[in-house]
Amino acid sequence: MDLLLTIALIVGKSLLLLVALLIFIAYILLADRKVWAAVQLRRGPNVVGPFGLFQSFADLLKFVFKEPVVPAGSDKALFLLAPLLTCVLSLAGWAVIPLAQGWAIADLNLGVLYLLAISSLGVYGIIIGGWASNSKYPFLSALRSAAQMVSYEVSIGFVVITVLLCVGSLNLTAVVQAQETRGLATMLGVPWLTFLNWYWLPLLPMLVIFFISALAETNRPPFDLAEAESELVAGFMVEYSSTPYLLFMLGEYVSIVLMCAMTTILFFGGWSPPIALPPFTWVPGVIWFILKVCLVFFMFAMVKAFVPRYRYDQLMRLGWKVFLPISLAMVVIVAAVLQLTGWAPTP
Amino acid sequence: MQSLLADYLPLVIFIGVSLVIGLALLISPFIVAYSRPDPEKLSAYECGFNAFDDARMKFDVRFYLVAILFIIFDLEVAFLFPWATVFGGLGWAGFWSMMLFLGVLTIGFIYEWRKGALEWD
Repeated sequence: MDLLLTIALIVGKSLLLLVALLIFIAYILLADRKVWAAVQLRRGPNVVGPFGLFQSFADLLKFVFKEPVVPAGSDKALFLLAPLLTCVLSLAGWAVIPLAQGWAIADLNLGVLYLLAISSLGVYGIIIGGWASNSKYPFLSALRSAAQMVSYEVSIGFVVITVLLCVGSLNLTAVVQAQETRGLATMLGVPWLTFLNWYWLPLLPMLVIFFISALAETNRPPFDLAEAESELVAGFMVEYSSTPYLLFMLGEYVSIVLMCAMTTILFFGGWSPPIALPPFTWVPGVIWFILKVCLVFFMFAMVKAFVPRYRYDQLMRLGWKVFLPISLAMVVIVAAVLQLTGWAPTP
Repeated sequence: MQSLLADYLPLVIFIGVSLVIGLALLISPFIVAYSRPDPEKLSAYECGFNAFDDARMKFDVRFYLVAILFIIFDLEVAFLFPWATVFGGLGWAGFWSMMLFLGVLTIGFIYEWRKGALEWD
């Protein structure tokens, strides 16, 4: 009976988080299109509802009522499995994200490792989709996309290691708490200036590498080679229509926002306010968290609008010959500095 | 055991709930949407002609090479995780043994760079 109650409670919390997340995604999608339009001096979606506020919901209805096409030559079960896998895996990452103190569905000890594992699995959705379509463009795109995602995953791993060296725990809540309680500001004797405690300042090069790798990892422009329209039509999604297509798009945006949340937690102190003094501490932590995620997403949207697309060989060179050596060297440097100064957290 | 279950049960339930949402979205157009398939609609996308042969063709060996390199470096990262977590308590011995490990891997990295495994033109 007790167990049943616990399970019901967890189901309720999961539903609440998922629904809130999906509504957030609906508006982040709109924001993405609006920012893109504003940079190009267009209006963007502005017909459905005031300022186009209901655009995403109209899109959802449109997708649901479209005819679902499953190509005759495709592997039908895998063809439908791929979008489901992409969407579920990217949603699954949110189970360990702490939105505020204690606000995580599952506050795992291995939270960071779980996130890395889940984001590696995301490649499968794309490979399966490209393979099952049995069409040339999706196949080529799946190859490109898989190679791209695994290349940047390595440097993301090294960046995360440098943060872990400073924190001394794999728990995401501990990562945020470490940034609240110790760091640059505490050393300078002004512990209320929390924003100086956050790791964006001491680990600035890692933040840059993480941000760019996150763009590549989620196939965002300027690294959207998997769906470079002029070469591969729509990439691995060519054969998809209706909600299978929607699930791919949804999965993509959910993992983009997940990357924003990871950036927030690893480098911008998660839910902690920038200055630990009254007007700022009155605002609940979850608001700070959402604000920071929106700020990081705004940078994602601006990059999409500003930067021209990379060539594939440039992309691979950046990943393997620039980011990998730099992040590897930074792991050594950070470890050496922590060891020499004795700042490393003792377990 | 009990605490382990208590930690991971919410995770399993969360994935279950998201699976239900995903499935509901996936299945709904097959129920509510108008559907009238025809052979042209169901054929694979091509530029104005029928596909010549099976689309699953040979591909460049470099993709395979990238996958192998990824496995090596991802394993390396996996080894670094436990080391980074307890780094503060390991002292200089822990520091230098991991530097030795990274050094060996760096030699391998330099070798594959010189061999041209990272060239894409």
